[in-house]
Amino acid sequence: MVEHHKLGDPIIIIKGLEKRFGETVVLREIDMVVHRGETVCIIGPSGSGKSTLLRCINALAPINKGSILVDGAEVNDPRLDKLAVRRKVGIVFQQYNLFPHKTALQNVMMAPVTVLKQDRHEVEARARALLKRVRLEDKAASYPGELSGGQQQRVAIARSLAMNPLVILFDEVTAALDPETKKEVLVTIRELAADGMTCILVTHEMAFAREIADTVYFTDGGFIVESGPPSQIFQAPQNPRTRAFLDLVL
Amino acid sequence: MSEPRVTARCVAIAIAAAAVVDAVSLAHAQVSSSASASILSLVIKWLPLIFSGFLLNLLVSVLSMAIGTVAGVPLGLGQIARNRLVQRCASAVTQFTRNAPWLVLLFLTMFLLPFQFRLFGHSIPFPAWIKAVIGLAIPVMGNVSEIVRGGVLSIPRAQWESAESLAFSPAQTVFKIILPQALKRMLPPWMNLYAILAMATPLIAIVGVQDGLTDVRGALVAENRTDLLLPLYATLLAMFFVYCYPIALATRALERRAEVKF
Repeated sequence: MVEHHKLGDPIIIIKGLEKRFGETVVLREIDMVVHRGETVCIIGPSGSGKSTLLRCINALAPINKGSILVDGAEVNDPRLDKLAVRRKVGIVFQQYNLFPHKTALQNVMMAPVTVLKQDRHEVEARARALLKRVRLEDKAASYPGELSGGQQQRVAIARSLAMNPLVILFDEVTAALDPETKKEVLVTIRELAADGMTCILVTHEMAFAREIADTVYFTDGGFIVESGPPSQIFQAPQNPRTRAFLDLVL
Repeated sequence: MSEPRVTARCVAIAIAAAAVVDAVSLAHAQVSSSASASILSLVIKWLPLIFSGFLLNLLVSVLSMAIGTVAGVPLGLGQIARNRLVQRCASAVTQFTRNAPWLVLLFLTMFLLPFQFRLFGHSIPFPAWIKAVIGLAIPVMGNVSEIVRGGVLSIPRAQWESAESLAFSPAQTVFKIILPQALKRMLPPWMNLYAILAMATPLIAIVGVQDGLTDVRGALVAENRTDLLLPLYATLLAMFFVYCYPIALATRALERRAEVKF
């Protein structure tokens, strides 16, 4: 068990969020508050809208009702600079989605240099430090095609960190990995969370969620069915649907 | 992609046949020991003129390709623009220019463009070969537009999302992430298009540009010898083949490399 650190101010506040794809409602009445330094895990059956929720927070998917405040800015506001939100919210995808024509180092450096217009030398030093942090300093010159899935995913985490985000969203980042490489990635995320990085994870790794989460949300059918500390969700779930789901996966 | 290969084979066979005819008529000329000059010496005599005409074909092909590409890239990007109006217009222009006969477009530009235009009181001549360049650049533009569209659409949607999530602007995403990856896939069809264009340049002879084909015909008229017909045309054919076949080979090599990579 990781020792849970004290939580800071709320940086993401979601109220009454509703998201539809055409006629289908995929998220409804979502309320969620994420504090600085908090590690949040979202669990639930496939198709319950977990990934969509992350994409809404990052302004990759527009919402139909409700509000999402990220560091005080309303993501649903059409006048909002979406790029400003994305500078604060990093996301790591299930399929890594690295840029195949760039080396690991260039992948990490690209956004700070291109988007934030930061000094190339300074960014390079930081990018090398980040690659070291995910234990890939010797792979700086490798292209994504030359790396294993776990290595690519760790480069993707370093790439996200390079933007100095307030929060990082992890969208089933170990779902495509084999058991050994999965572990490397989980170790990296555990270290990040322990360092005080605010993380929101959508995951099917129940043991991992139980270990690192400050708060666990269980979603089903587009609703948040139950939320609370992992001790409550995993040991004493209040809702029968949570219980039924955990009986299936644990 | 066997199309360039088949074309190349046909050309090779044609050249071989021409060479045989050449040799036979040469032998015939020697046997009859006619007073007139040998075919070989006549071909050599006209070679510099035909070659200079052929160079104009190449110049026209290079310039048309350059102009067509510069115009075709934004047109292709326009075809995938989010703005509906831009997208519709770009697609319409692309479809129109791609599906028009090249020769008709050439005639059209020949007659639509003035033979000279006035700029700051000076009259600047507008020679036929430059009009031909523009005439051929139009279909090139339409084809490049399609190549760009196809290349960009072949890049997975996840790459766009990945760039977006890192706060890349749409323009940064296109120019730094998508196009560099699409370029590798666009290069073989683009080179194929160029080879087709180069081989189509003798069309400009029909609209009165003094190209390699015009020079061959001129030489034939000057010599007035029917046994020169095949050797002289074969000479021009050989020039085109020597120029275009390596392009076809390189295109195939690039295609094979792309298949392995992706």
